[in-house]
Amino acid sequence: MIRFEPRGPVAVSRMVAVPVIAAVAALILAAVPMLFAGLSIFEAYGLMAKGAFGSMFAFTEMLTRATPLILTGLAAAVAFRAKLWNIGAEGQLYAGALAAVAVGTGFLSGPSYILIPAVVLAGALAGGLVMLGPTLLKTKLGVDEVVTTLLLNFIILLFVQMMLEGPMKDPMGMGWPQSEPILDEAALPKLMARMRIHWGLVMALVASLGVYFLLKRTVWGFEIRAVGENAAAARHAGIPVTATFIRVGLLSGALAGLAGVGEVAGLKGYLTADLSPGFGYSGIVVAMLAGLSPIGVVFAALFIASIFVGADSMSRATGVSNYLADLIVAMALLCVLVSGLFLRFKIRFVGTASTKEAAE
Amino acid sequence: MSDILDILISANFWAASLRIATPLIFGVIGALVCERAGVLNLGIEGIFTAGAMAGWMAVWLGTGLWGGVLVAALAGAFFGLIHAILTVPLGLSQHVSGVGVTLFATSLSYFIYRTALPDVSSPPRIDEFEPLNIPVLSDLPFIGPALFQQTSLTFLALLLVAVTAYVLYRTPLGLAIQAVGDNPSAVESQGLSVYGLRIGVVVVGSAIMALGGAFLTMSAFDAFFFGMVNGRGWICIALTVFASWRPGKALLGALLFGAFDAFQVRLQTEVGSFIPGQVFLMMPYLLSIAALIVVARKADYPRALLVPYFRGQR
Repeated sequence: MIRFEPRGPVAVSRMVAVPVIAAVAALILAAVPMLFAGLSIFEAYGLMAKGAFGSMFAFTEMLTRATPLILTGLAAAVAFRAKLWNIGAEGQLYAGALAAVAVGTGFLSGPSYILIPAVVLAGALAGGLVMLGPTLLKTKLGVDEVVTTLLLNFIILLFVQMMLEGPMKDPMGMGWPQSEPILDEAALPKLMARMRIHWGLVMALVASLGVYFLLKRTVWGFEIRAVGENAAAARHAGIPVTATFIRVGLLSGALAGLAGVGEVAGLKGYLTADLSPGFGYSGIVVAMLAGLSPIGVVFAALFIASIFVGADSMSRATGVSNYLADLIVAMALLCVLVSGLFLRFKIRFVGTASTKEAAE
Repeated sequence: MSDILDILISANFWAASLRIATPLIFGVIGALVCERAGVLNLGIEGIFTAGAMAGWMAVWLGTGLWGGVLVAALAGAFFGLIHAILTVPLGLSQHVSGVGVTLFATSLSYFIYRTALPDVSSPPRIDEFEPLNIPVLSDLPFIGPALFQQTSLTFLALLLVAVTAYVLYRTPLGLAIQAVGDNPSAVESQGLSVYGLRIGVVVVGSAIMALGGAFLTMSAFDAFFFGMVNGRGWICIALTVFASWRPGKALLGALLFGAFDAFQVRLQTEVGSFIPGQVFLMMPYLLSIAALIVVARKADYPRALLVPYFRGQR
């Protein structure tokens, strides 16, 4: 049988090794579907690397793709730290994008230094409020937040579609269900000329540092970690568990909402119902790869983004389905779960007989 | 008002309710047995997709309809085994593992479908299950078309409810499954294997879930579409709580849900011009959340649900 012996404090080198091993394992496993699709393996990996890092344009595209992933990754990481299972970042992202568009397309007018903060705040607030519902249902009524956040993803996406076909439809949109464009004064500026990379990346990096300091250096952060370790013990120790869950829920939803702000106000310029190709769900993978560390989230998001951008580019060159990227990302999640065991436990394979002997 | 009555007295409405309920019955029964054994299976959404794709593709490749059903069940069992290994002997987070299995099963299904059929403008169709014509019963006025003109898979779902209830409450195996979800160390002390029971139940439960997916491509529609599962798996997880982990109540919950969905679709054609279609499409999800809220206070979760068991540890 297998025995798990808990390890003591974990060295940083091991914490870094786990996700790296998982990422490498997922990339190796990706060879199976690639072979199935009839690709030449080394050529395919080469094309993927080139697609994500091969040129300045490729590299900035990868960073652009990483921007929402950092934020949804942080949303999942901070919630999972408290064992608040927010699987609803996808919906919160759309809520943030919808609020950004509602505020940024003419509702307010003024210079950038007023409009940009207004758009960012509106998006964060909308995402936070969406997550407040499931959090209150959990703390007040004991309704499982996994299912409610998952179901809200569908409800919010339908709501967005409804708004885009109704009151928020762009009359100049040639009949397409899309919002009016965000005002120039409300848009997040580009970071480089002729590239799509925008200030959303800076916002994401600042958010990651902010969450890091919150978790490490503040009382609220301590309370979040304590609730995640053992909610009953935390309550016993006088930590306000309900208030902590509500804070975490608001923060997690707000971070996901910011991802939506970045996508509409920094990248697309207007809202459509296909804004996110599952950034909310990929954020869970990012958070798990990062070991729920806010700084780690940045690196994990870069990895996942390079898979997406690299596989997209490889897919265009070879004609193989770009669902391969989603497949690699899903395998990375399963791999990091397993390799995480090696972080927390020494694993001994012991025969039943020897266990008996030991008992005698 | 008379519109509503018209809907309720049409046999067509009741037949649609049962049809909409069928995949949910498979899903809830599958989720229910897993949770009864102490394992939350959030892989369900992906397992639905895998069952839908695998079953459809098998038939498309020529296995015949029941061959397709078997392939779908095996696909479900495969993903169930992954979830079982990660959560039972390895004791990993059931939430994260379940989401991982859903992402894996969904992306693998889409990838295989896209690779097998690289550029088709409209999804290829198969000869799906035809409604059965049961002598006498199907010909009864009203009741016949309302209840007895369904496909074999619907009757299989109903049979499965009865079998699950019987196994769970009337056999030693069922008692062991219930015990392993409530008090695993007591099961171990009886000389039974907690791991064996849990892994077995999750594999079988996942195979059952996959049949719900197979119903979608082999009975409800005759083709596979991306995004066709559309949250049905998550709805089943909510319905499982609503059914307080009882097969009979699960059937009732799925039927209520099917009736409500069939009703609102028909209502939509009456009042559709006043209310945006999305409001109606939101209803199933809102209803699931409402169902969870209604039972939240008295939900009696299996006591060892989500709790990993390690042999020889307290």
